[in-house]
Amino acid sequence: MVDGLVHVALLILMPLPMLGLINRVKSIAAGRKGPPILQPVYDVVKLLQKGAVYSRTTTWLFVAGPIVALASSLLAALIVPLASTTSPFGFPADVFVFAYLLGVGRFFTMTAALDTGSAFEGMGASREAAYAALAEPALFLALMIVCIPAHSASFSDAFASIPAAGGLLRHPGLLLATLSLGVVLLAEASRIPVDDPNTHLELTMIHEVMVLDHGGPDFAFIQIGYALKFFVLGAVLVHLVLPIPASGWMAPVLFVAGQAGVAITVGIIESFMARLRLTRVPQFLIGACVVAAVGVLVLFTGGRP
Amino acid sequence: MSSILTVALVLTLLSVTLFIVAASLSALLGRHDRASLAVGTAGSVLGCGVGLAGSVMALLDGGTETVASAWRLPIGAIQVGIDPLSAFFLLCIFLVCGLGALFGAGYMRGWLGRRRLAPALAFFNVLAASMVAVVLARDGVLFLLAWEAMSLSSFFLVTFEGDRPDTRRAGIVYLIASHAGLVPLILLFVLLGGPSGSFAFDGILAAGAPAAVLATTCFLLALAGFGLKAGFWPLHAWLPEAHPAAPSHVSAVMSGVMIKMGIYGLLRTLTFLGDPPEWWGFVFIVVGVVSGVGGILHAIAQTDLKRLLAYSSVENVGIVSLGLGLGLIGRANGNATMAFLGFGGALLHVLNHGVMKGLLFQAAGSVLHATGTRDLDSLGGLLRRMPFTGAAFLTGSVAISGLPPLGGFVGELLIYVGAFTGAVELPSSSALWPLVVVPALALIGGLASACFVKAFGVGFLGSPRTPAAASAHEASPTMRVAMVLGIVLCLAVGVVPAVALRLVEAPAQFLSGAATLPAIVPAILSAAMRAALALMATVGILAVVRWALLRRREVRQAATWGCGYEAPTARMQYTAASFADPVLEPSESIFVQRIVHDGLEGPFPRSAHHERRMGDVVADRVIGPAIRGMVASFKWLDVLQQGGVPRYLVWVLLTVVVLLVWQLGAF
Repeated sequence: MVDGLVHVALLILMPLPMLGLINRVKSIAAGRKGPPILQPVYDVVKLLQKGAVYSRTTTWLFVAGPIVALASSLLAALIVPLASTTSPFGFPADVFVFAYLLGVGRFFTMTAALDTGSAFEGMGASREAAYAALAEPALFLALMIVCIPAHSASFSDAFASIPAAGGLLRHPGLLLATLSLGVVLLAEASRIPVDDPNTHLELTMIHEVMVLDHGGPDFAFIQIGYALKFFVLGAVLVHLVLPIPASGWMAPVLFVAGQAGVAITVGIIESFMARLRLTRVPQFLIGACVVAAVGVLVLFTGGRP
Repeated sequence: MSSILTVALVLTLLSVTLFIVAASLSALLGRHDRASLAVGTAGSVLGCGVGLAGSVMALLDGGTETVASAWRLPIGAIQVGIDPLSAFFLLCIFLVCGLGALFGAGYMRGWLGRRRLAPALAFFNVLAASMVAVVLARDGVLFLLAWEAMSLSSFFLVTFEGDRPDTRRAGIVYLIASHAGLVPLILLFVLLGGPSGSFAFDGILAAGAPAAVLATTCFLLALAGFGLKAGFWPLHAWLPEAHPAAPSHVSAVMSGVMIKMGIYGLLRTLTFLGDPPEWWGFVFIVVGVVSGVGGILHAIAQTDLKRLLAYSSVENVGIVSLGLGLGLIGRANGNATMAFLGFGGALLHVLNHGVMKGLLFQAAGSVLHATGTRDLDSLGGLLRRMPFTGAAFLTGSVAISGLPPLGGFVGELLIYVGAFTGAVELPSSSALWPLVVVPALALIGGLASACFVKAFGVGFLGSPRTPAAASAHEASPTMRVAMVLGIVLCLAVGVVPAVALRLVEAPAQFLSGAATLPAIVPAILSAAMRAALALMATVGILAVVRWALLRRREVRQAATWGCGYEAPTARMQYTAASFADPVLEPSESIFVQRIVHDGLEGPFPRSAHHERRMGDVVADRVIGPAIRGMVASFKWLDVLQQGGVPRYLVWVLLTVVVLLVWQLGAF
């Protein structure tokens, strides 16, 4: 019960400020003062209070896009354990359901983008479709590396087995899984080097351009959904790297510290790296798939755990 | 022998009778198109209804029954029978054909007065009857006869618009491909029947499992012959030619169930071959990965809506093949759970794909009916004018991308869990094979999403690109009823997977040899159900929240943001080809591209023209050259056949002389 409450509290409190933290890291690296860490929260609150403007071309799907995207991120965030090794909505084989829930959100975000009839949004949707398809095998392979030693395709069992196995040091496959998942996080959450959330040119955007025509509460939904997606992928990474205990006060502390670490790392990457040329992105993602595949082979050499 | 099974068998035979009666009547009413349409459709729908009841009864009973007729063919008695495997495929046939016939009743009206409808209706019923006969047949001769009837009746349906050159070409390609596929099948049954001296399935089974070499030969022959019908890569090249050429409700039946007859044939053959060696499973996994990825990449490259759907069928039999591979590996290793999950997932995907591909082809047909084009780049904005058709295509798209909360997801989930079970429980030496399935299916799923976002987005969203798309009208009520039923079925499998499990349980146990239902299966399905319901509930709640937020606020309409550009036109929208480009770019080398580019030269270029066609790698690089080579190598026969009567008379004379000399020499 307490675990469940902590889970929900973390879901409400953390995702948006994490984005603020990334921006703060970037502004410090650039020598600026930067907006407050809570700025994404203020933005969302403001958006929720606004009216809306819809394109004359759009249909009900344009409205459905943000709703489905938020709903699927929300459910995905309920499946992955946060500051514990159990989650309020875990079940057998939930890793597959998790990945497919993210897929539903993406499907409807892309159709909503195409609903506007804008060439820019079509461009964004097509890039998103291509990169997501390539990121998918990396995500699944990395999850398999985590799940096979636990003999269960459920996040709870998999995460519970990692500290017992000695964490990252015990099997090097996990290290490769972490690397690969890190790339998936950058791709799925549209961060540098795959996409640049701060770009101002529609032609170079991926995620931002898909949601160009959304405004008001719809855009707030998109922002919350996006923050949740980043948060939940970050949570998987944190569990791989840090031995989060099943319960106790250490668990939330470690988890929050880990997520802050993820945000700071992403901020540092964004400060010191340029985005890849679009034609290079597939190579980057296929590289992540290869790393994860090597991880699987490492797992199987010398006898499967 | 249970009485329920007898009733079930009688009901399915009754449905065959109804199909045949309807076929004869609609053919006899040849000159009265309306009457022919009414009789043909009524027969199909009634037959499918009766048969559906029978097949569900047989599935729930789960037993086996065979009946031999008193009437004998020259090579043996006619034997028909029903068992869980047959009953499951019967269910798919009746479901998809029934919906197809219902849709066809509205769809064929578009041709009233322009074309004789009777042949299409008669052959549709013959096709349904022959598919049922393929599944019911319990001896090789009847099986092959029904198989041939199925190929021929579908050939006549493909060539329904035979006055169009492209349709004629598609028909010929299809006819050649089906007959090329028949050769290995005849050999297969000769080999199978050899040891027992009987083509009856009972006899083949009674003779025991064949020796390893013979079993392997039979397996490879079945893979070639049935794999060609199923559309396995690289035997698929006929499929994207033939399926789009047929009327859309026939395309739905062909892609939805007829190619699954190949899967049925493979499974039936496997029951004769005893315990499968492990490498057969590996073969299926390789075939599945190649078909899945190859099929969906080619699907993304298409701009013709029906061709895209046909290629997507290649992808989906690939997914089925992945499941079958897992099932066989599970059986070979004595892992009943894995075998059940593999076979169960494959069968559920067969059913799902039948329903969703039927739905998609029907929606595509309704688009073709309304706009007269299948070219995605001539469509656009159809969701506003065709809300039903749009909803049907969207539902089919989400389902076929394997996304929750719809049916496609449940089948794929079973395959994923089967692969994971294999990776964990099999000995390390074999465990990597099932593990290959996981990233492969993930990639196929991601690409399928891309493909169907493209098809739906370019065709149904945005603004109309041509006047035809702008003046499109919604489908007729009968067509809408068929599509609504399809939508309901897609949703039902996703939301109440326990019912779907009930349908695949008996055949999956039959194939996997699992004595009981593995405990993990109901747990996973109830989890899938909870996820689907939770997703729908969350969407509902958020929709209410959005409504409540916007209720008293200003909601305006404006033009789509175009970076300040004030005069956008529909032609500026992203096209199907441009959408596909980034997806295809990493794999461009597998396509045979033909790029025509002229114009834009010199300081004052006139009009420019750029054209890029993505060919099929197998058709263009393998089959095309092979056929050209064959034609070239038979060139010397031209000496014999030149069309001149005098020369033929010389040949006749020469033959007579040779025969005379030979006879004289004999004396």
